Amino acid sequence: MDLKATYNYTVVRQFAVMSVVWGIVGMLVGVIIAAQLIWPELGFNLPWLGYGRLRPLHTNAVIFAFGGSTLFATSYYIVQRTCEVRLFAGGLATFTFWGWTLIILLAAITLPLGITSGKEYAELEWPIDLLIAVVWVSYAIVFFGTLATRRTPHIYVANWFFGAFILTVAILHIVNSAALPVTLFKSYSAYAGVQDAMVQWWYGHNAVGFFLTAGFLGMMYYFIPKQAGRPIYSYRLSVVHFWALIFTYMWAGPHHLHYTALPDWAQSIGMLFSLILLAPSWGGMINGIMTLSGAWHKLRTDPILKFLIVSLSFYGMSTFEGPMMSIKTVNALSHYTDWTVGHVHSGALGWVGLVSMGSLYYLIPRVFGRVEMWSMRLISVHFWVATIGIVLYIAAMWIAGVMQGLMWRAVSPDGTLTYSFVESVKATYPFYAIRLVGGLLYFAGMLIMAFNVWKTVCVGKASDAPIPLAKPAHA
Amino acid sequence: MDILFLLIPLSVVLVLGIGVLFWFALRGGQFDDLDTPALRILADDDSPDPGK
Repeated sequence: MDLKATYNYTVVRQFAVMSVVWGIVGMLVGVIIAAQLIWPELGFNLPWLGYGRLRPLHTNAVIFAFGGSTLFATSYYIVQRTCEVRLFAGGLATFTFWGWTLIILLAAITLPLGITSGKEYAELEWPIDLLIAVVWVSYAIVFFGTLATRRTPHIYVANWFFGAFILTVAILHIVNSAALPVTLFKSYSAYAGVQDAMVQWWYGHNAVGFFLTAGFLGMMYYFIPKQAGRPIYSYRLSVVHFWALIFTYMWAGPHHLHYTALPDWAQSIGMLFSLILLAPSWGGMINGIMTLSGAWHKLRTDPILKFLIVSLSFYGMSTFEGPMMSIKTVNALSHYTDWTVGHVHSGALGWVGLVSMGSLYYLIPRVFGRVEMWSMRLISVHFWVATIGIVLYIAAMWIAGVMQGLMWRAVSPDGTLTYSFVESVKATYPFYAIRLVGGLLYFAGMLIMAFNVWKTVCVGKASDAPIPLAKPAHA
Repeated sequence: MDILFLLIPLSVVLVLGIGVLFWFALRGGQFDDLDTPALRILADDDSPDPGK
């Protein structure tokens, strides 16, 4: 068959399968470090198993390996289906897969060896940073090339979200990773002190906004309508959601630096913009959930819709919690406590994780020539195991975080601190255990998914769908 | 806070860029019809065996 007449599903399949593999790796490392907080002996006195080295491995694996591969897979699928054209520059698309996979492998080697630039969520050293830049530019060429050669006049809203995600991440990565190399494995940031902190969190929070939000909103705007078989509640609102989000996002970063050497006014701007973000975020959440308006019964029987809709509930929760925590007086209590860890995981496990899994459950059978996954029942089991895991995790961290904040600020009548730091660590111990149980459940859910995907791939057949013939344009 | 001399102009340039992009999208007719695009993706049959 003429290559031009089919969609490029090969690269979609590669990324989709690897995202499941990376999900398992990343979540396993997460479970290990959660266990290390309870039993520090689990580091076995080996430097490369120390918490400080495994923690960046965990964050990089779940965000960039699992989340990143899912973003590649879904964006390549959606941009082709909505533009009704084969992926632009197929060779380059293949390169993005092997390049991205190589970056992940390099991260998995260098981080445990302690080779790090020390910038949170941007720990990789400069040679890998250069490789990321090359792969990312290739990604942009493939994606925007496909948009440019589209056969439909309109650009579906999901593609706007993916486009914003790709462009912004390129800018963030280049600015934040600017460094002076001294050896192959060591470089120094181009910025120093509080300047470096400002750039770091300008990067860090916008990475949350564009990598972990905009891209996944693109999935949400495609897969929820497709899975529900209903148009998005308000397409107009989705367009407003997009422009409002990207116009207002850029300056939330300083809320990570409340009560530091950053000037007060800059902190307040960070807080202000974080509060503004509540509006577009909730607009998008309501838009997604209301898509089921009039068809709520589907939620009872369709486990994939459960994943997608519950992910939006967690999106709504974390985008309410986030602005609230950015308020300085609240932050005075929450900063540096496990509440922050709970907040991140309510977004990461609840929103990013569930929406990715739901999207992959929709996507994987279709690119392997199947009508649906091998077992719909296992999807349902996965959903409940994962959801219970998330609830245990975030509830434990909320309680632990508020308790830590209150213990650290408690002052005795004679003016001394009521508690020593280690007393707060000791009091947190049971909550670390609950968190580990939650994490184990979530990880178990991922194993169930991997089994289901394995079975689906075994009975399925890798096939590329034909592109529907161009219809004559209607007036 | 010298870094703000980089980050603030960068944001201003980005916002202007986004504004220009929005203007072009608007003039290009991207938002003329905000009803059918939502239905159009549903009309695309992406089940493995279309027309079965």
